[in-house]
Amino acid sequence: MKAVITVVGKDMVGILAKVSAKCAEANANVIEVTQSVLQEMFAMIMLVDITNLKIPFSGMAEELEKLGNELGLSIHVMHEDIFNSMHRI
Amino acid sequence: MLNVSDILETIHMIQDEHLDVRTITMGISLLDCCSEYVDRACARLYDKVTRKAEKLVETGESIEREYGIPIINKRISVTPIAMLAAASGGDPIKYAYAMEKAARTVGVNFIGGYSALVHKGFSAGDRELILSIPQALNETEHVCSSVNIGSTKTGINMDAVRMMGGIVREAAELSADNGCIGCAKLVVFCNAPEDNPFMAGAFHGPGEPDCVINVGVSGPGVVHAALKKAGNCDLTQVADIIKKTAFKVTRMGQLVGAEASQRLGVPFGIVDLSLAPTPAVGDSVARILEEMGLECCGTHGTTAALALLNDAVKKGGVMASSHIGGLSGAFIPVTEDEGMIAAAKSGTLTLNKLEAMTAVCSVGLDMIVIPGDTPAATISAIIADEAAIGMVNSKTTAVRVIPAIGKQVGEELNFGGLLGYGPVMPLCGKGAQRFIDRGGRIPAPLQSLKN
Repeated sequence: MKAVITVVGKDMVGILAKVSAKCAEANANVIEVTQSVLQEMFAMIMLVDITNLKIPFSGMAEELEKLGNELGLSIHVMHEDIFNSMHRI
Repeated sequence: MLNVSDILETIHMIQDEHLDVRTITMGISLLDCCSEYVDRACARLYDKVTRKAEKLVETGESIEREYGIPIINKRISVTPIAMLAAASGGDPIKYAYAMEKAARTVGVNFIGGYSALVHKGFSAGDRELILSIPQALNETEHVCSSVNIGSTKTGINMDAVRMMGGIVREAAELSADNGCIGCAKLVVFCNAPEDNPFMAGAFHGPGEPDCVINVGVSGPGVVHAALKKAGNCDLTQVADIIKKTAFKVTRMGQLVGAEASQRLGVPFGIVDLSLAPTPAVGDSVARILEEMGLECCGTHGTTAALALLNDAVKKGGVMASSHIGGLSGAFIPVTEDEGMIAAAKSGTLTLNKLEAMTAVCSVGLDMIVIPGDTPAATISAIIADEAAIGMVNSKTTAVRVIPAIGKQVGEELNFGGLLGYGPVMPLCGKGAQRFIDRGGRIPAPLQSLKN
């Protein structure tokens, strides 16, 4: 089972580190990361494996959203199914 | 496998374009709650609804959390109560009280099905239930009511139409102190669908299984944004864009519905892929029509644009789901659509145009505020007109009008929340009393002979 974490906002030191740390805490394995910095805007998408998650999914989602609020970034966590179902025949 | 632009597009749709699952509606059959004693039937109703729907709200909320898709409403629809009243006799309003109590216990925001199916004539329980509707809607908060007065197969029951004009008036008068909100919870149908998840017309038809999950999706903002991005393409491409967007929106509904069905242990019914607007900015069907190139919704060209939109929505949605049903198309509720409200206020959108629009989209004259002194016969005539359009064209039509007691053209009614607000719209000054007084039945049209 996989989830998609998207992070959008103003670039700053430590975003990737902080988000990965939360994933590690929850025992979510990071499979793939893609990111770009356009002028000062930072956009990152992480694909994580949540099969062996230590805390409930909603808990991890809340933690990450809270982190987003603290850092002034927009962080969303969603189950991969939604993307698979919407963009494929 | 996962595409970056797809992911960003989805996030954008949800965050900025108001993509959401408008409702998860659990349909519950109450046929096994029938009893010859009304109090026993009400107790059975309460028990079954609270048992089946116990985890509905909680499941909706956890799916919302996990998938990151807003699920705005959790609702319940039940067997038309007239059928239970037929078995029990007694005061049908007791069923409304039981429905209200069950809705509060379970935490849903509406429970539909205080209904009667009289498209060919009245049977036991029907008249009693219909006469009790205004009081039931005034004394409860969560109960919604509907009456099916015609169909392509049976014609139009004009006795029922005459009755409903008076019932709508009475519902407005009884709830006059509360913004006439009783009428916002009452729908008069022709060709009513048995599996519609949207309120106020939702009921669990007698042909449906014991318990079922139906999903109503929505996304006028998403369609609008997609069209805006496309610029000045031709109408074939406009239809394609709408189809593709409808596909994505419906897929989301299918996912949520399948998940809810699995977690609740209840079979999946249908996805209703209706574009259902809200009064919020950026969530309007009227603005889609204007983006297609109309100066203002309601002007000439509106019917054609809406026909394209309604059809493209259906085509796009059909591939996306295993079972499509309900109303499935574009909704045009005036007070619930920011663009419609503006068009009505400016006088561009008139009742006559709305009537034409109902011939090409999925609901009828919906959430329209009319002058408070409109005679019951005129309301009946409006219902008869809509029923005729539905009957002849083999489609669902409905009337949900709100007589604004004490108000005239130039004033406004405000319901608050998703029910919105709107100007009192002018009607034709001439009456139809004698036509309505005749009663009887308008025979089924030739189209009904499809055997």
